[in-house]
Amino acid sequence: MFAFVVYFRIPRRERCGLGAARGATAIEETQVDLHEYQAKRLFAEHGVPIPSGEVAYTPQEARDIARDLGGKVVVKAQVHTGGRGKAGGVKLANSPEEAEAAAEQILGMDIKGYTVNKVLVDQQAPGIDQEIYLAVLIDRARRRPMIMASAAGGMDIEQVADETPEKIIKVLVDPYLGVRSYQTTYIADKLGLPQELWRDFAKLVAGLYDCFVSNDASLTEVNPLVITGEGKLLAVDGKMSIDDNSLARQSRLAEMRDVEEEPESEREARLAGINFIQLDGNIGCMVNGAGLAMSTMDIIKLFGGEPANFLDIGGGAKAEQVATALRLILSDPNVEAVLFNIFGGITRGDEVARGILEALGEIDTDVPMVVRLAGTNAEEGREILSEAEMETAATLSEAARKAVAAAQGEEM
Amino acid sequence: MSILVDKNTRLLVQGITGREGSFHTSQMIDFGTNVVAGVTPGKGGQVFEAEGTRVPVFNTVRQAVEETGANTTCIFVPSRFAADAIYEAADAGIELIVCLTEYIPVLDMIKVRSYLDTLNTKLVGPNCPGLITPGEAKVGIIPGSIVRRGNVGVVSKSGTLTYEVVFALTDRGMGQSTCVGIGGDPIKGLNFIDVLEMFEADPQTEQVILIGEIGGNAEEQAAEYITENMSKPVTAFIAGRTAPPGRRMGHAGAIVEGKSGTAEGKVAALRAAGVKVADHPDQIVDLIAS
Repeated sequence: MFAFVVYFRIPRRERCGLGAARGATAIEETQVDLHEYQAKRLFAEHGVPIPSGEVAYTPQEARDIARDLGGKVVVKAQVHTGGRGKAGGVKLANSPEEAEAAAEQILGMDIKGYTVNKVLVDQQAPGIDQEIYLAVLIDRARRRPMIMASAAGGMDIEQVADETPEKIIKVLVDPYLGVRSYQTTYIADKLGLPQELWRDFAKLVAGLYDCFVSNDASLTEVNPLVITGEGKLLAVDGKMSIDDNSLARQSRLAEMRDVEEEPESEREARLAGINFIQLDGNIGCMVNGAGLAMSTMDIIKLFGGEPANFLDIGGGAKAEQVATALRLILSDPNVEAVLFNIFGGITRGDEVARGILEALGEIDTDVPMVVRLAGTNAEEGREILSEAEMETAATLSEAARKAVAAAQGEEM
Repeated sequence: MSILVDKNTRLLVQGITGREGSFHTSQMIDFGTNVVAGVTPGKGGQVFEAEGTRVPVFNTVRQAVEETGANTTCIFVPSRFAADAIYEAADAGIELIVCLTEYIPVLDMIKVRSYLDTLNTKLVGPNCPGLITPGEAKVGIIPGSIVRRGNVGVVSKSGTLTYEVVFALTDRGMGQSTCVGIGGDPIKGLNFIDVLEMFEADPQTEQVILIGEIGGNAEEQAAEYITENMSKPVTAFIAGRTAPPGRRMGHAGAIVEGKSGTAEGKVAALRAAGVKVADHPDQIVDLIAS
């Protein structure tokens, strides 16, 4: 399958990784999923034709924008989730008054847990003859950007790919050559586009690819790309995700992150450079390394417990980060035990131990904790912790068993 | 024998004067690795000293290779300089590049990989802990204290999870031929299959441990390769069985996308290939021993 699932906003740790430890500034960022209006504005910068439109935060603004656009508009909720059409988040309006009423209904609406606080008011396309799907994304297996298109536009493309894979056209792009005109001709021909549109289509595809590359996107998607009644191509809906590893050099895009949609705890973690995801269980976990953090969650579950979170303090975590991570874990009222599993490599056991002590000095808690330290400077770490009288474990299995028992109120 | 690094490794460290670069260079020297040169642009002429060894620092990789005959490099530079450091090493004729840096943009790695594919250069990583051949050489950050010479080959997408498994092996007296951390990024150098092929051909390696994670399809491809090409037994573990779909678990590669990349799919594919798959990391050792 393709990488259509748009990444949720996931906190990242130090942007520079090893570099951060060398003194470079640690900028904390997440994957940025852009709103439709942001994506389409970027498309337009690269020559992709989009409808005229503006963003409104109030019904009055929506009415004014509709009036400026000539009255016939579509009012669209701007939220980071699919299925807004089905949820009633997209409405046609044929006058400024109708636009105001539509915005009144949509603003404040809850769509899959996201509250709508802005709408895009776009001019309606002058008649729609055909709807096409067009995207640029990364084919990880072949290690190339890929252009994907389908004449079955306007539909859920994953469903098209599942049920009628022959309707999906794929073209790989050499990163050094970029999109060549024979490739766009191939796609246009396969799509059955009228020949008089081939040149415009070639320009549009090249523009979308430029937009993908120059913004370090992981996805630029137009769905649908329509052929209007006037015989013109128009990108009426768009989606774009940015590779979060690139945000250090894409500062304009980093600022487009919609912080209002980010859970408080995850934002705090991100700002502290911690990779944190809230889950439903009662055993808080603090681990270094994503693979080990996932394995720690897995083993807790295997032994009959439920992890309260995924937390990777990253490579080379400092005492301060460890303290922040522990405060985050303990701020979840469901947490009934905490498991520390630190296997030192680039992270040093003594730093982690100091962070644990620092946090415990500030927080008054009686939540039982199990510590398992191994690897670089683990012995120094255990020595530091010996004064805190914490439950320790030699192996991951032992640590998980003890944490599960503690969460269930049993003796460890 | 072993794979990729051994007594013949003449190591260059790019970013040797940085905090991580210097700490881990000392650790590598302490392990017995033959560190012959360091590179930090602007610091050429300095000497890096650790564990009684003096390592000359150069401004460029080309100079370092010409003067010291370095054949392997370990890259510790920040992400915005990392792609350039890889190109530089490749152009200077380095045979094995080990890149530890994380957060290299995907589009940069696509170009890097595409360029390296035209040369005779191997890349391990990026975003990996490197590799270690007990008793011979360590390139990267895998703690030297947890390994022991032996005949189990280890290949892993993870960092600390690898340490966990290697530590358990050593604890039970099962030594390793070479441990290779290939990293969890979606676009990288050596993949599972490349390393499995080397272990299959290596006389010292008698069996292999493969540590995978959710996301991508490298484990499924490895299963196919094992079925068709491996005579040595393989034991595996897949991290992320309880990871919620759609959430990225740290590595850019570790995300369950729709139906692909799930732990269940990977475990099933590996089992079908005759691979023993452990339920948790500590169990791998029991499976090998049995």
